[in-house]
Parts: sequence; C-alpha cells; structure tokens
Amino acid sequence: MPDRHADRLLEAASRVILGKEHELRLALACLIARGHLLVEDVPGVGKTTLAHVFARLLGLQFQRVQFTSDLLPADIVGVSIFDRETGSFRFHPGPLFAQLILADEINRATPKTQSALLEAMEERQITADGRTLALPSPFFVIATQNPANQIGTFPLPESQLDRFLMRIHLGYPARAAERALLMGEDRRRLLERQQPVISIDELRALQRAAQDVIVADALIDYVQALLAATRTDASLVAGLSPRAGLALIAAARAWALIDGRDHVLPEDVQAVFPHVAGHRLHLAGDGRNVSPAALLRLLQSVALH
Amino acid sequence: MRAERMRHDAHAGGAIASLTPPSLTLQQGLWLLAAAGVTLAPHASYLPWWIITACASLLGWRAWLLWQRRLPPHRVLLLLLTLACGVAVRQEYGHFFGKDPGVALLALLLCLKLLEIRRSRDVRAAVLLCFFLQMAVFFEDQSPLIALAALSGTWLAVVTLLALADANAAHRAQMRTGALLLAQGLPFMLMLFLLFPRVQGPLWGLPADATGARSGLSDTMSPGSISDLSVSPDIAFRVEFSGSPPEPSARYWRGPVFTRFDGRTWRAERPIEASTPFYTPSGRRFDYRITLEPHDQRWLLALDFPGAGAGAVRGDGAGAGPIRFTNLAQALLPRPLQSRSRFELSAWPGTATGLQETAATLTAALALPDGFNPRSRELARQLAAGAGSDAVILDRVVSYLSESRLTYTLKPPLLGRDAVDEFLFETRRGFCEHFASAFTVLLRGAGVPARVVAGYQGGEVNPIDGNLVVRQSDAHAWAEVWLGGRGWVRVDPTALAAPQRIEAGLAAALPEGEDLPLMMRQDLGWLRNLRHRWEALANAWDQRVLGYNPERQREFLASLGFGKVGWPQLVALMSGVGLILIGGLMAWASWQRRLQDPLERSWQVFCKRLARAGHPRAPWEGPHDYGRRLALALPRQADELLRITASYARLRYGSGANRADIRALNRQIRNFELQ
Repeated sequence: MPDRHADRLLEAASRVILGKEHELRLALACLIARGHLLVEDVPGVGKTTLAHVFARLLGLQFQRVQFTSDLLPADIVGVSIFDRETGSFRFHPGPLFAQLILADEINRATPKTQSALLEAMEERQITADGRTLALPSPFFVIATQNPANQIGTFPLPESQLDRFLMRIHLGYPARAAERALLMGEDRRRLLERQQPVISIDELRALQRAAQDVIVADALIDYVQALLAATRTDASLVAGLSPRAGLALIAAARAWALIDGRDHVLPEDVQAVFPHVAGHRLHLAGDGRNVSPAALLRLLQSVALH
Repeated sequence: MRAERMRHDAHAGGAIASLTPPSLTLQQGLWLLAAAGVTLAPHASYLPWWIITACASLLGWRAWLLWQRRLPPHRVLLLLLTLACGVAVRQEYGHFFGKDPGVALLALLLCLKLLEIRRSRDVRAAVLLCFFLQMAVFFEDQSPLIALAALSGTWLAVVTLLALADANAAHRAQMRTGALLLAQGLPFMLMLFLLFPRVQGPLWGLPADATGARSGLSDTMSPGSISDLSVSPDIAFRVEFSGSPPEPSARYWRGPVFTRFDGRTWRAERPIEASTPFYTPSGRRFDYRITLEPHDQRWLLALDFPGAGAGAVRGDGAGAGPIRFTNLAQALLPRPLQSRSRFELSAWPGTATGLQETAATLTAALALPDGFNPRSRELARQLAAGAGSDAVILDRVVSYLSESRLTYTLKPPLLGRDAVDEFLFETRRGFCEHFASAFTVLLRGAGVPARVVAGYQGGEVNPIDGNLVVRQSDAHAWAEVWLGGRGWVRVDPTALAAPQRIEAGLAAALPEGEDLPLMMRQDLGWLRNLRHRWEALANAWDQRVLGYNPERQREFLASLGFGKVGWPQLVALMSGVGLILIGGLMAWASWQRRLQDPLERSWQVFCKRLARAGHPRAPWEGPHDYGRRLALALPRQADELLRITASYARLRYGSGANRADIRALNRQIRNFELQ
C-alpha cells in the first residue's frame, strides 16, 4: 500500500518536528508531486530541520547551500578546472548535484545566482561548458526565505516564484509542542538517529501513483471556477496562470494520495490552494502577496455545484 | 507588413493600444460586418443614394482590411472622413434635426466606427449602434419584411457579441445560442406588446410624416389625372364584408364630387355637412369594415350609399371621430386621414338620393363656362331639340356616346383648350375622366343637371383571406344625372365604350398591347397568386400588429377580465407577468439542469433536507467536509451521514458513476430520516 508509506513517513517526521503535522503533510505532498518547496519564515522555527528530516527519512543524498550575497552561480552549479595531467578541463560538480537540496536564505543571494538555481530546478539539468548534465533523480529543492522586508535581501521575482510548487510557513509551535521541544532531546542528535523509512524506489512509486489519481470533470469545473475567480478579482494584479492551475491539480493529487484516495476531492484542492496560490498572487495596491485570510475568502467565494 | 505597422504606430503617437495587434479575429469581423450590412440594408430604400454608396464603400474597405489583416486607418484620416460626412449630411438635409438626417448620420457613423475598431469596447459600441439603427428603420416602414430584416439584424448582432466573448467557440453553437437568447426574449416582447400602455398614433408623429406625398384622388380632375393614378398598384383600401359583397357593377366607392367646370378642369364644390345623411337609406344593406390607407383627404371612400344606422359607422385609429355626411351623398372624416385607419360602415346601394334637391344645387349642376367646347354645346342643343323630358335627353346622349365608337385607353392623346370637343370629335380616345367629363358637358349643354363623381370602382377579392382589395388602379370617374322624381341617377359613361371595365376591372378593359405594371398583368398567374398571399399576410400584420391601438388593447384586456385599466394597473400587470415569466424561465433552466444530472439531483435533495434541519451546506463546502461537520453535529446518525457524503463524493469525483450506484445512493438518501 503506497499510502502506508506516506503515513509512516509523516509519523516519523512529526516525532522530530513537533506540532507541525499539516506543514509536514504539505511538504510531503510537494515532494510526491515532484515540485519544489519554498519555506518562508523568521529564523529558528525549524526550516532547516524540516529539510534534514526528509533527507534522512527518505535516504536521499543531501546538500545544504547557504546563500549569501557573494555566492556565484559556479559555486552551486560547479566549475571546470584545467587538469594539468590530462591537459584538459575537468568539471567539478557543485552542491546542486544532490537529491535533496536545502537552499538556505535564498533571497540573500544576487538575482544571478538565484536564477541559476531556479533554472536548474525547472530543467532538472545543468549546462556547463557546452555540456548538458542531468541532475540526480529524485531532485527536490527546499528553499528557505526570510520575510521580504528584511534588510539586505533580493526578493525573488514573480516568474521565479512560479517555479516553486508550494510555499509554506512554519510559524511558531503551539504551546504544548514548544514545551515538549524545550524539554526533549537535542534535535541534531535525534536527527542523526533517524533511519530511512522508505526506499528511493518506493518514493518513485509514490510519485507515479500520484499521477494516476483520478481528476473528474466535476473537479476540473471547480478548479476552473477557482482560476476564474482569481482572474476576475479586482484586488489582484493578475489571476492564476494555466501553469498554476496544473500545479494546483498536481498538488491536490498528491494530497489525495497521502489521504489514501484514488480520486481528488474539492477538499484536496481547498487544502493545497492557499499554499499553491499564495506566492503566485499579488495585491493590486502594494504588490505584496495576498494574506491567508484573503485566500480563504477567495475560496469561500467560489460555490461548489 | 511589420514595417507598415511600425510606421503606423509612430503616426499614432506611440499609443500603447495601437502596438497590440488588431483585436478582431476574422470570424468576429465577419459577424460584425454581416450584422452591420443587414442592419443598413433596409435603410437603403429611402436614404439618399450617396449615403448608401458611402456606407457600402466603407463596409467594403473594412472587409478588405479584415481580409488583409491590416490595422485600422489612421485616426486623423477617420476624423476628416467623419467631418466630411457630417458636412455632406448637412448639405443634403440643410440641418441635423429630425429623423432623416439623424438616421443618415447614424448609418455613416456606424460604418466609420467599424473602421476604428481597436478593442472589444469598440465592437460593443458598433453593435449598440446596430441595435439603434434596427429600431430607426421602423420610422420609415413597418411592414412584415422590415420586421424580419430587423430580427435578422438583431440576431446577427447578438451572435457578434457572443463571438466577441468567446472567439474560439464553434459558429453553429454561437448561432444557436444567439437564436435561443432571442427566443427567451420572445415572451417578454409579447408581454410588452400586449400590455405596454398604448398611445394613439405613431410615437414619432413628426410633421414630415403627415404631409409626405401620398398617392390618391385629388380635389380637382382634368384630363390625365386619373389615368396617371391608374398605373399604380398601391393599395387604396381594403374591405371586409360581413356577408357576401355586392356585385362588381355596384361597387362604387365615393370620393370627391365635381360640380364646377372651367372648360378643362373639374373642381369640387364645398359641400354642406350634417351628422345624418341627406337621404333615406333603402334597399339591401351591406355591412363591411374598411381599412383606409392614409390619403391626406377627408373622403371616407364609402360604398354608395353610406347611412347612419345604429352602429353603422364606427372608426378607430388616428382618423377616429364622428363621421359627417354631405349633400353630395359623401361620407367625410372630421380631419384629413394621416394614418391607416379602420371603420365599420354600412351601405345601401339601392338608395335614391337627392329626391328633393335645392335649386342652388341644380343650378350649379347646369353651369358651363362660356367660350369653351362650342361644338359639344352645339351637339347638346341638337340632342335636346324636341325631347319631351330629361330622361329622353339622357337616352339620346347615351345612345350617341355608345354609337360614336370611342376608344378606352390608358394613354389618351394630349388635349388642348377645348378638351371635350377634341375628345369627342378628333382624338376619340380617352380614359374614364374623358368619358365622364364629356358626358356631363353634353347633358348640361342639353339643360339636364349633371355632375362628375370620382372615387374607386370594383376591387379584387383576395382568395387567400377573402378581403376585397381596392387599388389606386381602380380609381374611376363616373357621372350622376338628376331626373325629377328619381333624384340623382348614376350613369357610367366609361361602360358605354368599355363595359368590361366595370365588370372585370381595368386590365380586362384595356385593348391589347397596352403596357401595364407587372403586378397587374393577368397572364402571370403565379405572380398574382404570390401577390395575393403576400397581401393577405401584410393585411393580417396591419390589422393584428400595427392595428393594435388603445381600443384594441382595451378589448384584449376586457377579454381577460380586466375591465377598466389605466397606466398604473397596466404597469402593475406588466410587472406581475414579467415576474411570472422570469420565474418560469428560471424554473425551466433549473429543471433542464437537474434533468441532465440525476446524481446532482439526489445530492440537492439531501442538502436541502439537512438545510431545513438547520445544517445548510456552505456553497463552497465539499461533500467530505460537509459530512464530517454533519457527523459532529448529529453524532447519532454520524455513520449514515458519512456513508452518504462519502458515497456522493466517490460517485461525483471518482472514476465515473454507473446508474446502479446512483440509484443506490438515491435510495439511501430517500430512506434517510433525520432523528
């Protein structure tokens, strides 16, 4: 049962990251839908731990890249160095050649470096010195970002944000969860003890199964009504694109799969909608992203027939 | 092409809008052109030729641009064109006021608007202009053909709007949707037609409508005046007899009566009017309903001889009012007739009129101008010599005319100063006015009072609806002779030369080889048949649609049981019927939707039942969430509720539902009882 894998994964992950079951489920859905995840929050709420947990539990090669303002594209993609012995250039792969990348504080880097990462995310391959090199599979990027109003950041442009399937906020833990965290074992040690719960093949099977989840005509009607609602909303700069519509369906499929169903319900769409649409919609006034409350209002404005 | 577009943009002052490619697709453009073309076509019948030409060229230009995928012409050029059109319209009409220059200007502006279309907003404006012009065509003509043209134009305009909303939809679907939209408007149109408070006469009662040139009899008669009229196939009036119509030879419809003669032209005397006839109707009575086309005169053109029995005279339409009778046996309207009107009349053809005629009338009926037509007066004196009575003189004049072999023709030769002399002794060819005039002059010359009567004679029964149609070509002139003891006796001198004219109409009476208008030819049977059908349709349209006036509306409402209604009641009635119609349409729409989806129907039943129990589903709430919420609210039935909602969710969003599953769910929902 592929969905049992998902349950086991979530169970194990929530032992490390306390009180964040919903966010973990979203992150897993993102992974199963072959999307990339953007985590936006203040430092110290467990963004890095989240990436670590999935790397450990899935047994993925893990690389962490700390983005800074002096980071160059070659620093993440890799460089060709002249080899004296062979008399030719040799390509030294950068940290992108891993299965799970944690791109920490991505908005600290310059747009040039950002775009190198985002291009790799989209293409799942890298072109260096005229050669095209495939990135490993699965290839999953969890990027973290500090809220945009902090000093010394380069906010990601809208077109780049579109490359992330979902954006989630972790937020402060609930009081009880925080108490357990403060009293409990050191997270780093706890992480190191975690063993892979499912194999890479099993992950790939999950990803394939998600693509077979049924999307009925009635659900397409609903998704289209949602897209139309974002396009006619006067308070937004622009509505969701067809690509965003595809992302919404892919995420909803993964969500339905985790829930153990072979078909997508409107509830699945509603569950992932704030996280798929949130970073893709901008307010007409100041260009900021719409608030979660506004997204909920938007959802509630679309009737389900 | 690209270079040209760039150049164009530079001209346009770098406006961003012009950088975008033309927003009109070929399909949309063709729909719009078709709508504009069909809208403008009926206007071509009366607009000046240069406006038609200009509109056609502008439409052609637009079509060419569309075909070549070119951008609209430059704004300055369009501005200059618009100004030129305005100046030309002003030159044509002298002003911008009134409907004709207004419509001309609108037509030109529509064509110019088509040339400046850059955005969908422009298309909407053009369609709006189309709608306006479709209404404006009714200012000029309200025939069923025009209504059909306006309907087609409206339909095309609606399809254009549909094509604008969705450029990729299939033609056929859009055409069907457009027709469906119009069909949905049909009940509302009927309601407004039947119930909207009616006003008397046309809404646009402009002076130009009232005094426009109309064909018909005039109050003078000279050689040629009636033969001119006789080539016109226009309808003068229609008659519907309540029983069988009188014989063709008794169908004399009376117009002006001419007493004064100046040697060439006959003029009508101003008659004495009264509210009752100057004679006692007697003999067989014929009841009929006559629908007169406007002729701008007061003659009612009643069948000889009208009387005022109880309910014998009743009119409606713009000419309504008490009917007057004259000492010349005419029936007159209170005012000149300006719009098509209907009257209910009775006639007694066997009546004797003028039994006690006044001396003044008889003297006037003997007057002849001196110095004109000397040969005719000499002939009259010879005919009168030795005659014992007026009746003998009449017999002699009649036999003289019958024996003198005069020819009846639609194209008599031109006559000079002594018209009667020339007709009787030289040309010997004439039309009814020549015969009537010569006959009357001879009798007067012989000392017998006589006068000329003009009107219509005969008419043709339309086999489709049984109505008698009388045309301008049935215009006729005859004579009346006063004989002591018998009063005024009708004598038709034309019958002496061409008896068929009276029995069978003009076409039968004319000698071979005389050209008649196509529609009056007797040899083209199918054409006549077609014409009969068309006229029956037009008549029904006139009576039922155009003739729906305040009185008809009152009758209609009374037949529904609404006695006396004013504006407030009509408005209330309209609102009521409107609401019922809207409700009916909505019910129909929802019934259609339900019919298509039995699963949805069951789900609606379920949701409604729970909503009544105080647990409505939020419009956006999915079945799964709703089921969980219900299970929490109604824990005792949680299992059943969850089963129903889960089963609906699976059927609706799962891998397709079969009928058995839907029936099972339906049963489940039916059996579900709230505790």
